[in-house]
Amino acid sequence: MIDYNLIIIRFGEFTLKGRNRSRFEKRMFSQIRTALAAYPGIEAVMDYGRIYVHLNGEPYRNVCERLQSVFGIATLSPVITSEPELGAIREASLKAMKAFDSTPRTFKVTARRAWKEFEHNSQEMNNLVGGFVLRAHPWLSVDVHKPDIELRVEVRKEAAYIFSEVMPGAGGYPYGTNGKAMLMLSGGIDSPVAGWLAMRRGLEIEAVHFHSYPFTSEQARDKVIELARKLSFYSGSIKLHLVPFTEIQTALASINKDNLMITLMRRAMLRITEQLAQRHGALAIVTGDSLGQVASQTLTSLNVIGRVADLPLLRPLIMMDKQDIIAYAEKLDTYETSILPYEDCCTLFVPKSPSTNPNLRVVEKIESILADLDMMVEAAVEGAEVLDIQPSQRSAATDAGEDDWF
Amino acid sequence: MLYFDHCSSTPPHPEVVRTLSEVMLKNYANPSSIHLMGLEADKLIQRARQLAADLYGTKADEWVFTSGGTESNNLAVKGAAKAYSHRGKHLITTAIEHPSVYEAFKALEEEGFSVTYLPVEADGRISVDKLAEVLTEQTILVSVMQVNNETGAIQPIAEIGRLLSAFPKTLFHVDGVQAAGKLATDLKGWEVDMYSISAHKLQGPKGSGWLYVREGVSLVPVLSGGGQERGLRSGTPNVAGIVASAKALRMAVQTRDERYNRLMRLRSRLASGLADMPRLVIHGADAASGTIAPHILSCSLPGLKPEVIVHALELEGIVISTKSACSSRKDQPSRVLLAMGCEHEAAVSSLRISLGDEHTEQDIDRLIDRLRVVVEKLEPLAARRHK
Repeated sequence: MIDYNLIIIRFGEFTLKGRNRSRFEKRMFSQIRTALAAYPGIEAVMDYGRIYVHLNGEPYRNVCERLQSVFGIATLSPVITSEPELGAIREASLKAMKAFDSTPRTFKVTARRAWKEFEHNSQEMNNLVGGFVLRAHPWLSVDVHKPDIELRVEVRKEAAYIFSEVMPGAGGYPYGTNGKAMLMLSGGIDSPVAGWLAMRRGLEIEAVHFHSYPFTSEQARDKVIELARKLSFYSGSIKLHLVPFTEIQTALASINKDNLMITLMRRAMLRITEQLAQRHGALAIVTGDSLGQVASQTLTSLNVIGRVADLPLLRPLIMMDKQDIIAYAEKLDTYETSILPYEDCCTLFVPKSPSTNPNLRVVEKIESILADLDMMVEAAVEGAEVLDIQPSQRSAATDAGEDDWF
Repeated sequence: MLYFDHCSSTPPHPEVVRTLSEVMLKNYANPSSIHLMGLEADKLIQRARQLAADLYGTKADEWVFTSGGTESNNLAVKGAAKAYSHRGKHLITTAIEHPSVYEAFKALEEEGFSVTYLPVEADGRISVDKLAEVLTEQTILVSVMQVNNETGAIQPIAEIGRLLSAFPKTLFHVDGVQAAGKLATDLKGWEVDMYSISAHKLQGPKGSGWLYVREGVSLVPVLSGGGQERGLRSGTPNVAGIVASAKALRMAVQTRDERYNRLMRLRSRLASGLADMPRLVIHGADAASGTIAPHILSCSLPGLKPEVIVHALELEGIVISTKSACSSRKDQPSRVLLAMGCEHEAAVSSLRISLGDEHTEQDIDRLIDRLRVVVEKLEPLAARRHK
């Protein structure tokens, strides 16, 4: 275990933005503080284009891991600090090298003198520190082009930073810096991934889920709450709108147009979501659609379904293969929950052969016969229940019974 | 009554009894039912499962609730042997297992499996080198108990796990019934595939136990029925028993290190108090070796019938046990002690004293004192019989 005492956080692509940069940075800073709330010892300091996290004894590995899930961070490095003085820098470099065992490896030092009054320039520092480290580690040899280990030394006025590791962050934009969207969260594998990708792009997300109790079960509800909880880990919290869909679903089923059932349902859901978006100030709708995956995701279906919404429909997964989506879901820890076998609205009343090629005019004609469709949509919007989901909230299973029973 | 038979069963913790009674009264619905009452009962089981998983650093899905240690052991041993018999027909266990493991292997022998019963050394422990010698490509299962229920000998589970990591086709079952809540246990680190626990050995209710089954291991169930517990254990889950057991397990595991130290001190006091009794033999290793469980002391008074001592102590208000409760009604020498190389005379006269959380130093002193008195009284009779 190495005595890292600092983590350097470098920002992602938003640093390119001119005028808005300080807004992004401020948001980034508060996100990091929220993410690290569990580590009271920590002190985060904003500097030009980066954030320094002073560990003050908190475990660097856990802190780094937590930071890797915060959007907007490009890379991070655990760092050993020292006095900006050659002897101290050399000692700290030896400490940093303890991260490696004595397997023969190539090595180089990359020094940067940001404090111009420091007595040795960058090139001199490469030699002064590199030579010292080499003498102490006979298993190292120098390779300045493609070294296995690159020990970096940054000399600043207040301190010198020594590190060898550059870990990837989540990338993207700080959460909520690119506006707000509604996420249609079904309970399947895809929609949580779509939600995460949207969040990573800086979108604030409110999730919308449709339930058809008694056709769907309490377990389906618990499942979607659990998925929202897992997503909330990345944002800090998430609003979940639970929309009663039984009435619309039974009305649509009673028309006996089995092969268009899914098309009609999806259009109704989109209408409701759009109204919710208007009420909650969202400017887009995010879905987990992936081209061709199921009948409602053929190009024709996407066209016929998408026509009911005026807001932009954002489909992060549209060109992704199922395996890639699953890989994301596993990484986000939503996969195991998504595959729980509880029926949701979208798997209910699924016809034997849903249309992959619905006709817009036919669909619109059918809807025009359903006189109270608008009213039912309105009622569903009104009847939506809103839950504020926190990452710390307990799942249904761990909340069962009385605490003192366990 | 001063009760020193914790290896047979423990006094239930009042908190466990409260949970048992409250859950039983409130959540009586069948957890497999789909109505909300059923779901609520099912969630209680999930929460209990998650608790066990957290205590042992595993996944929740890796725990199966059973009716106790015997069922857990049967499910593990028979279930694994049958599920993997296409890979080989050779099984390995030890000569000192609890009957629920030992007899399960005997039953598998009847079905055509070949079983190697590893001997133990004088300290009651198996030799890992000997295990390495008998392992073959055909070996599909190794089952070794963590703590022997008669002598308290701790088996080298971590070393066995390390050895077996080179045999990916060989499953490793550990009977942890006497170890849970007493010894630190690292299921993942020791690469244990199955681990049995019984609730009533750790102040939980009888009729409730666990089997840890590592993800990826498939077992052939012992019971046919409704396919509860992921098909591994049919039968309506004992919801109240499961929740109460989870609480007992939590309390036992969370206070494990304190318990270990405390019981170890009491055991040493007991051992030194008995040391100068004529002809008394304490079985197994010395406590200093670190290979003996803190709550078990096994000894023999050759020539004296152990049940006579048990009954005589009972008259003094003290309860101890002969060998193990599961075999103590048979008038036969202890299989475990014979395996350790004890003389027949010592193997038929063994006594087991097992300790629990409620015991104090005064209790131990009283036990020592009464045992001395009883033995002094009975000695002449034994001597006469020897003539």
